[in-house]
Amino acid sequence: MSGAAGSSTLPSDISARSGEHDPYRVGRHGGHGHGSTGSGAVGPASRYVTVTYGFWIFLLSDIIMFSAFFAGYAVLSGATAGGPTGRELFELPRVAIQTGLLLTSSFTCGLGSLASHRRDMAWTQIWLLVTGVLGAAFLVLEVQEFAAMIDEGAGPTRSAFLSSFFALVGCHGLHVGLGLLWLGTMMAQLWLKGFRDDILRRLHCFNLFWHALDIVWVAIFSLVYLLGASA
Amino acid sequence: MSVKDHREDHAPDMDDAAPGQETVNEREPVGGLQGYVIGFGFAVLLTAASFAVVMTDLVYGPAVVSALVVLAIGQMGVHLVFFLHLTTGPDNTNNVLALAFGIFVVVLVVLGSIWIMSHLNHAMMPMPGMNRFGS
Amino acid sequence: MLGKLDWAAIPFEEPIPLIAALVVFLGMVGLFAWVALKGWLPYLWREWITSVDHKRIGVMYIILAMLMLLRGFVDAIMMRTHQTATLFGEGYLPPDHYDQIFSAHGTIMIFFASMPFMIGLMNFVVPLQLGVRDVAFPTLNSVGFWLTASGALLVNLSLVIGEFARTGWLPYAPLSELEYSPGVGVDYYLWAIQISGVGTLVTGVNLVTTILKMRAPGMGYLRMPIFCWTSLASCMLIVAAFPILTATLAMLTLDRYLGFHFFTNTAGGNPMMFVNLIWAWGHPEVYILVLPAFGLFSEIFSTFSSKPLFGYRSMVAATLFICVVSFTVWLHHFFTMGAGADVNAAFGIATSVIAVGTGVKIYNWMFTMYGGRIRFDTPMLWALGFITTFTVGGMTGVLLAVPAADFVLHNSMFLVAHFHNVIISGVLFGAFAGYTFWFPKAFGFRLHEGWGKAAFWFTLVGFILVFVPLYVVGLQGMTRRLQSIPVDGWAPSLLVALFGVAVMIAGAACQVIQLFVSIRQRDSLRDETGDPWDGRSLEWSTPSPPPAFNFARLPHVEDEEPYWNIKQRAIEGQPPEVPESYQPIEMPKNSPTGFVSAFFATLIGFALIWHIWWLAILGMIGAYATFVVFAWRDEAEYEIPASEVERVDRERLETRQAWYKRREEHA
Repeated sequence: MSGAAGSSTLPSDISARSGEHDPYRVGRHGGHGHGSTGSGAVGPASRYVTVTYGFWIFLLSDIIMFSAFFAGYAVLSGATAGGPTGRELFELPRVAIQTGLLLTSSFTCGLGSLASHRRDMAWTQIWLLVTGVLGAAFLVLEVQEFAAMIDEGAGPTRSAFLSSFFALVGCHGLHVGLGLLWLGTMMAQLWLKGFRDDILRRLHCFNLFWHALDIVWVAIFSLVYLLGASA
Repeated sequence: MSVKDHREDHAPDMDDAAPGQETVNEREPVGGLQGYVIGFGFAVLLTAASFAVVMTDLVYGPAVVSALVVLAIGQMGVHLVFFLHLTTGPDNTNNVLALAFGIFVVVLVVLGSIWIMSHLNHAMMPMPGMNRFGS
Repeated sequence: MLGKLDWAAIPFEEPIPLIAALVVFLGMVGLFAWVALKGWLPYLWREWITSVDHKRIGVMYIILAMLMLLRGFVDAIMMRTHQTATLFGEGYLPPDHYDQIFSAHGTIMIFFASMPFMIGLMNFVVPLQLGVRDVAFPTLNSVGFWLTASGALLVNLSLVIGEFARTGWLPYAPLSELEYSPGVGVDYYLWAIQISGVGTLVTGVNLVTTILKMRAPGMGYLRMPIFCWTSLASCMLIVAAFPILTATLAMLTLDRYLGFHFFTNTAGGNPMMFVNLIWAWGHPEVYILVLPAFGLFSEIFSTFSSKPLFGYRSMVAATLFICVVSFTVWLHHFFTMGAGADVNAAFGIATSVIAVGTGVKIYNWMFTMYGGRIRFDTPMLWALGFITTFTVGGMTGVLLAVPAADFVLHNSMFLVAHFHNVIISGVLFGAFAGYTFWFPKAFGFRLHEGWGKAAFWFTLVGFILVFVPLYVVGLQGMTRRLQSIPVDGWAPSLLVALFGVAVMIAGAACQVIQLFVSIRQRDSLRDETGDPWDGRSLEWSTPSPPPAFNFARLPHVEDEEPYWNIKQRAIEGQPPEVPESYQPIEMPKNSPTGFVSAFFATLIGFALIWHIWWLAILGMIGAYATFVVFAWRDEAEYEIPASEVERVDRERLETRQAWYKRREEHA
């Protein structure tokens, strides 16, 4: 295991030489295959990569949390307990508008990210604002839908199917709401402090978050609304 | 991408891409604004297709479920590639591996639960007010 | 105004918990007063409570874990003594109280003793082994710790205000639903676990990122120490499994608070779904606990056998194999719920298959020892105790993995004996081994060997004496969680188990005495070299205790055992390359964010348990304000001047050189 012990070119103390040259650098810059690109063999990654990767891992855990709610919905979706079914409750036009709003907000969020790369404060703020407004509109439609359903006596306490539906869709809505809170705070901070490194990192994380929420929504509108309305 | 880094006394690994990082990777089909526009276009098309599957009779009834699942997976892929900038490049290996592990767990939890619970429900005595799964 | 909270919440009619809590409370007040009188509060606040140093946070995790371990042990003693007492009379715990005790015992031992212990060790050791200066997200690390502490506080608060769950350590529905558990016990459980669960999740994210993105130059994946590999696997499991727990408990919370019907008997709810989901988290959880222990045992076997670890790559492969397969076995916790033969068979086979990964590890450890110069210091004793008893526990696990056999053994004392057999020998012995092994690194002096060895032997013998008889009564048909025991035939076994508890108490006492004796004799136990065990990985290249920045310059890693080879070359007489100049080092600033957000989390949790809605809203506003304040700060780092770095590093180099010379002369 310690095959390198005999080599004479090695440093005699680990702290004496660090990172002067790196024989393990591979990929496009050549090297000899001890590590792979991105495996961190050249030392700690930049703060930008580290923060974003950490957030990426968090997002995956968030998606797994959604998967548990999806599993709950899948198992309980037939348990209507004599109450209304998805076919009777879901209004597809509303869902179509919601989908359009969220998808567009994902797009404008990306445009905001591009503007931030140009360090263009006005356009960054404008696109983020559009993103936020679209997200808020999405949320309003969802709250309306929930209120209407509860009014009709089809609230979450009616049946296990409705419990799991409200929990799953509500959890997504809660994420959108928290995202809006985050977005607002970040916009204020960006306005006051400018394109600072840490704010740019958070902006990027927000982008990931928002796109991921859109991915979760794709699953919701396909597998909950459309499937429920067609079944 | 100006990334100032105080804490390391060596050059950061430029071959390591952050998840969702834009404009660094020549492996991406399209970058920048063009990428977002194409992605948005694909997503709109796929969404419209999903709604069309349900709201019209274009697709044979029993196949609607599969069509929806396929379209949903396709759209998620579009989001991952065009919005989250996931590519197959070696600089993205870590990000893709993490995603693969996540998807693996998601699939296990959802399909495993459905499988287990359908068997459990099957073995239950029928009770009033409790519908079998999938009925 | 105060929701459900009133004077009736304080259990005046049950003197045992009240007096116990009072003693603990007075002890805490006394300790606080003592610290305040000594004028140490500012030091405590500056250097520990607000610290974002991974080493200090690791130490605080372990302190929390040890306190909770004692609390859980007291519960265990009460259960054993009460059960034995009911052989001859009524016992002293009414059913209502007894149920709370076994629920609290399991909850505390898993969530607030084992988890913090393992996370504490990972936190302390992983960045040092990776050769870096801190974890990826230092402040988040502090948040994670304080949220865990907040959960522990809520669980202990339930002793005095209200009650704890009576539903077992996993609150199976529908028993845990409002209809059957109307009190606040389950709510205490739910919010304590949710809050500490968030803490665990952020720690998992943090360590995964640290291990994958922050390693010393040259440390490719296959040069990481094995403890880092198992920590990575364990943290990946945290990231993937804890959200399932969060979601499941959220569903139960919705049922209890808002009248949802996920797991109720009525309106189509499905209680079996709770069991399914909770175990989809619960099985990975046992590997979250035991994988870091496997890693540190590997380090210990290798160090104390004076040999490199046998089969490093197969060890890595086995770790990742366990990490993945642990997600495919959860049904074996409820074979008897009636999923039928094909489902049971599939999960039974998967369960047997996962034992292969562990088997690989056990052979690797044996081959590591084979032909080595073994030193029987206390950490090695724990490791040897582990490998012998854990194998037995693992075998009984394979037995339980056979669905047909499980129908006989399910929920029996055999099961109880099995999981204590693996968790105590795996996780607890691992925790003690790691504690003894890395204590000198953390504090600069070793733990007393004599008391440590006594603690080991008492604990090992006591552990065998308690649980072998429980296997026997389990096979004789005794089920778990019995409040009274009407069968005389079980008496001999239970009496032996009671005697075993007494022996284990002696072990715990030795452990406590060891700590006090070691502190008193710290000068003679001093570790001057920073390498007290003749170690092999990078943490031993730092002084004990390591400076805040760990490494003056990041080490350059060229193989799997970087420190060992450097040491050999130095002993062979190559002088170290002394750097010509030192750079100033930027380190993350301390921050009260963790403490303050945990304060608000505790407030929110308490308010929600007692339905004090305004307080909950206030807490949430406070939490949001905390995050904004944190996000708004301009200076996240402070600079350690180059002269200070140089002073520390030169001192280290000189000590090292002197020590290498001494060794050379001896050799």
